[in-house]
Amino acid sequence: MSDALPKTLLRMRGIGKNFPGARALDDVEFTLKPGEIHALMGENGAGKSTLIKVLTGAEAFESGEIYLGDSKTPVINHSPQEAQSRGISTVYQEVNLCTNLTVAENLFVGRQPGRAGFVKWGEMNKRARAVIQRLGINIDVEKPLEVYSVAIQQMVAIARAVDISARVLILDEPTSSLDEHEVRSLFCLMRKLRDEGMGIIFVTHFIEQVYEVCDKITILRNGQFIGEYETENLPRRELVSKMLGKAFDDLASIRDEAAEARTGAEPMVSAKGLGVRGGIQPFDLDIYPGEVIGLAGLLGSGRTELARAVYAADHPDSGELTVKGRHIGRTPLDAMKAGMGFCPENRKEEGVVAELSVRENLILAEQTKRGVFKLMPRAEQERLAEEYIEKLQIKTAGMETPVKQLSGGNQQKVIVARWLLTHPDFLILDEPTRGIDVGTKTEIQKLVINLASQGMSVMFISSEIDEMLRTCGRICVMRDTIKVGELSGGELSSAAIMSVIAGGGSDD
Amino acid sequence: MTENIWRRLSGNRMFFPLACLFLVLIVNLLVTPDFFSIKIMSIDGDPHLYGRVVDILNRASELMILAVGMTIVVSCSAGTDISVGAVMAFSGAVSIWFLGFGVLGVDGKYSVFAYQIPYFAGILIALAVGALCGACNGFLVSKLKIQPMVATLILYTGGRGAAQLFAGGQIDRVEVPSYKWLGNFIPGIPVPTSVFLAAAVIIITALVLKFTALGMIIQSVGINNKASRLMGMRSSRVVFLAYMFCGLCAGIAGLIATSRIGAIDANNCGRNIELDAILAVALGGNSLAGGKFSLAGSIIGAITIQSLTTSLLAMNVTADQLPVYKAIVVIIIVALQSPELKRMVMNGRARLIPKNAGAK
Repeated sequence: MSDALPKTLLRMRGIGKNFPGARALDDVEFTLKPGEIHALMGENGAGKSTLIKVLTGAEAFESGEIYLGDSKTPVINHSPQEAQSRGISTVYQEVNLCTNLTVAENLFVGRQPGRAGFVKWGEMNKRARAVIQRLGINIDVEKPLEVYSVAIQQMVAIARAVDISARVLILDEPTSSLDEHEVRSLFCLMRKLRDEGMGIIFVTHFIEQVYEVCDKITILRNGQFIGEYETENLPRRELVSKMLGKAFDDLASIRDEAAEARTGAEPMVSAKGLGVRGGIQPFDLDIYPGEVIGLAGLLGSGRTELARAVYAADHPDSGELTVKGRHIGRTPLDAMKAGMGFCPENRKEEGVVAELSVRENLILAEQTKRGVFKLMPRAEQERLAEEYIEKLQIKTAGMETPVKQLSGGNQQKVIVARWLLTHPDFLILDEPTRGIDVGTKTEIQKLVINLASQGMSVMFISSEIDEMLRTCGRICVMRDTIKVGELSGGELSSAAIMSVIAGGGSDD
Repeated sequence: MTENIWRRLSGNRMFFPLACLFLVLIVNLLVTPDFFSIKIMSIDGDPHLYGRVVDILNRASELMILAVGMTIVVSCSAGTDISVGAVMAFSGAVSIWFLGFGVLGVDGKYSVFAYQIPYFAGILIALAVGALCGACNGFLVSKLKIQPMVATLILYTGGRGAAQLFAGGQIDRVEVPSYKWLGNFIPGIPVPTSVFLAAAVIIITALVLKFTALGMIIQSVGINNKASRLMGMRSSRVVFLAYMFCGLCAGIAGLIATSRIGAIDANNCGRNIELDAILAVALGGNSLAGGKFSLAGSIIGAITIQSLTTSLLAMNVTADQLPVYKAIVVIIIVALQSPELKRMVMNGRARLIPKNAGAK
């Protein structure tokens, strides 16, 4: 191996991969040069992680070639270990080191210096200190890893990767759990490694961070290669529109009614300085009766966190919340009793109670609201279940069918129905249309508009801007866990929303 | 046609637990023809029901009571309470200590020759101690989020030692006739008292589950804790109460066990019974991973286990060898219920009898 740096570290050409029933990657290109921090961007399901998995050998691919260095012969990695031996290391969002071992042990585990099964602890610690110092991290290598913050742990993981002679370093969402200051020091380290000639692939959804630290951006969308751009030549707005797949000018505003007249109206729900540490920065928000309010933003921008803070699903650290002028306690039960309902984003993990029947899933929330000792009579349960199965057109063999046997869309309807059954004044729907067929999507959108016309307030969260424009009278825009803007009435257009999402380089 | 009936039968949750019990009873009947006969015998002028079935129900009462508590714990926390045997001994020991109020008897032990506090108070103390132990387990599991196995391991080891402490390291007898009523017969009533106690625990629990939303909430918490929380359930409180209830059941079982022999033997009271209780839940077709449960299944499971124990003992299997035979039968029963084995059998049959038999 020559000392001179190769022209490219890594070239991926025409990569294709199928998942059952879907094209996960379609003719994807990716090139990484030495001394480059290269962002890999795209919305959920764009194929970022699949591409990384293909590269590191965690998954097989069907077509295309991967070249390392200036070599003309393609390589295929069959396992992450093999990729590592070729100089490709990955550091994931969740640090997979042993936090109860010392820093030095973590750095050298599996390759401890020693002889005949005995570890030379002194030498190991000395070498560990050298590695750590070279990267400018100031910690004691003999302390267990768990005494240090997640950020430091991540850096140790990077140090380990670097020390195993990595030339390509993949950072998969490394900043998601770090605070501002920690992100700074991580970037410092990344720049240092870049200057030493390493190539870094940075997978993230934080736009500001990309513009701060990356040289190049490759964008994927629905498994397709959209393009590779120099960061400085790609305005933020264009980046967002490429990720979402919409040009600014070809989307006319669908909804151009004026915002509902709400002057003088008492807000249904009012949040002042409400915030959750590590989730959402303090925000103010008033929600009026009969209003559909949307939350827009990229994945991880704090949409879900804002909704969860309002419902007290996550315990707020600051601020206060009033419902119809009254302060409420800070548990989901308090929120329910104040007239709220919450359909979480993650249907499987937080929504359905899989083994219980459709009937039980439908009445559970109402039952809890009434209290354990006020069991709803079986006849009433069945009447309500029947009514809502009919109302929302839930397709099920019967009301006693376990809910896990229903299709995703019908499970979603069960959860929405569960809350409608409690007659809430304010209903939060977090991604209610994700992963369900188009027909059901439209039904849910119609339902939302209908509910609002009956005086209910609805908070609607969706990744699809079109959908929100169709249903919402007002849209709050989130960026990097901050509520950055509010658009309503005539201002509502996908161009306007995207430019607020992109922030920074936008014209205002 | 027959296949259809078979499928509907075997699809029922209760089918396998009942089939297993039936199997054990049939074998019993074949070995001992007078298995189901019940006689009334007079002892000291009191009529007592005697017979193998009565004996099994009598002996199974502690296990049934424990199985009720264990079912609830398994359902909502996907874990087991392995401390119930030790809690039985501990609550029994504390209760007897209070009954004798620590007065050293004429035999040099803390044996009780006359109640120092009313008998009823002694019963309440046993129940309170059981519930307290359960609360302790519940706190560790629900608030400190310690794995149920580890959390209850503390009382599993510590409980018996604490029982020894209260018993003064001896087997303390209670020489007051009324003390033996709970675990044997109340004068004039031919049915063993413990059968009534077990029935009472089962019926009260079943009624509470039927007339409140507790059953649904317990299952919901056990299946999906996060979703349950978002629906306003205080899931950690539910888990706490479940463990407390399980401890209370252990307290009741402890009363029966000590009353049965009229003494507290801290080393042997309820020894290894926690495993039988867990087994009863599993034999009843309940998943140890929590979630949906059937109280009836667990009780059938408890009776099955006790029938097995009693009949093996009657077949002159010694108490030391008993676990081996029991293990063999349990393996068979559990394997019969395993969906994995069912699939293997199906696959095997499909391979032996190819669909297009005749074609090469």
